[in-house]
Amino acid sequence: MNAATSTPQGVRVTVRGLRRSFDGQPVLKGLNFEVARGEVFVVMGPSGSGKSVLLKHIIGLETPDDGEILIEGESIQSPGVMDKYRMAMVFQSGALFNSLTVGENVGLYLSEHQLKSSGEIARIVKEKLEIVGLKGQEDRNPSDLSGGMKKRVAIARALVIEPQLILYDEPTSELDPVIAVTIGEEILKLNRRIRVTSIVVSHDRDLAFGIADRIALLNDGQILAVGAPDEVKHHPHPRIQEFLTAAFNHNLERTST
Amino acid sequence: MFQNIGELVVLFWRTLQALPQTWRQRRKVYDQLFEIGNASLLMACILSLFIGGVIALQTGPLLAERGLATLIGSVVGNSMCKELAPVMMSILIAGRIGSAMAAEIGSMRVYQEIDALRTMNINPVHYLVLPRLVAISCALPVLVIFSIQVGWMGGALVSVFNDRIGISFPAFFNNLRDTVDLVKIINGLFKSLVFAVVIGIVSCHQGLQTIGGPRGIGRSVTKAVVNSIVLILILDYFVTRFLMYFD
Repeated sequence: MNAATSTPQGVRVTVRGLRRSFDGQPVLKGLNFEVARGEVFVVMGPSGSGKSVLLKHIIGLETPDDGEILIEGESIQSPGVMDKYRMAMVFQSGALFNSLTVGENVGLYLSEHQLKSSGEIARIVKEKLEIVGLKGQEDRNPSDLSGGMKKRVAIARALVIEPQLILYDEPTSELDPVIAVTIGEEILKLNRRIRVTSIVVSHDRDLAFGIADRIALLNDGQILAVGAPDEVKHHPHPRIQEFLTAAFNHNLERTST
Repeated sequence: MFQNIGELVVLFWRTLQALPQTWRQRRKVYDQLFEIGNASLLMACILSLFIGGVIALQTGPLLAERGLATLIGSVVGNSMCKELAPVMMSILIAGRIGSAMAAEIGSMRVYQEIDALRTMNINPVHYLVLPRLVAISCALPVLVIFSIQVGWMGGALVSVFNDRIGISFPAFFNNLRDTVDLVKIINGLFKSLVFAVVIGIVSCHQGLQTIGGPRGIGRSVTKAVVNSIVLILILDYFVTRFLMYFD
């Protein structure tokens, strides 16, 4: 997570036998998968299936009970590995600092690590906000922004790090369909532009099938399927089909009356 | 309880190790200093005026009945600078500033802002705890200096204008000057510094430990204030005992 000096290049991420329990309740039950360099990898699954916990393990916010996470073949538990690769996370809530303006939020990484002069930071902040379609919003407070704008500010803040790996936690939750599509397009554009490896956790089927190179379906702490969107869509596992085809039954009211 | 004490000691040690970073965090230290001064100075002065006054009111008539009214300056002077100003100001600051610290850091924890800091490789101890601890450690002794002086004034006003005491301002302050020296004032300031560290560390620790939603934040705030006050009152005895060696 150190300073950016050159054009980012995605990294390969390997998750091996990842297990984690909270208060004796297993949440992750031995996950195994690999994400290729520059890939958009979507982890789908119902609420409470362990998606966010998985992301927190990949970025080093949680420590696994067993198993390991490798970046370019190096365990993130090894000293110096987390500093060697540039990683960023876009949180579900945006996790913007309410005491700072939008501009200060976006430039926080550079200002706190004193990587650039204040003039240079202002230029970079302006540039990153422009990329996410928030030109000229530097002086606004996060509390004045809509949910979609907050998410885009969070993406701009992640971009400042010039990451090799971006993790998105439910990037379209609580957003209307139009904004959700915009955010999905932003994720895709970034991936194409800087070839960053993107791991997206979501239960939004439209987003997953719209942007993913590959999809993993997580259920009850286990991966049921990993593959290209079409492969996952036609996977025979009943739980996957239930998740992917869940819809309202319009005849329910008529039947009950 | 022992786990909590251990965590407090570890957090204090980490903050001490981060002290060389203070200059880099100076803007946040100024912000916190302003917050503490702005929120507490007026309240501290009002509180101290009445504390000084009530000591004079309680002890003055008793001393006057025995012909010792002039000793009231000594009683108010010593009790304010050695005990009441540091302890009462610390309790006030624990309530006003400690609660705000726990609430702010607690809400940052609940809304994942602290996780966001960690993903940016920004140490929460450097960014959140250090500026608050430095600011409160500077501000509380200064508030205590104000409190001591205003408390003396309160005691003097009651001593002069209360019919059952009725001594003059010069008599009050001459007696005060005879018994209160710089060492006693420094003793009080040292106490307030210890209490400031307790409030800062306990409040930040509670904030960082917050789990759950708004209810969790409320719980952290209550714990921060109650634990700070309990620790202040317990430590007050031991610090007083320690400082007696220098009297």
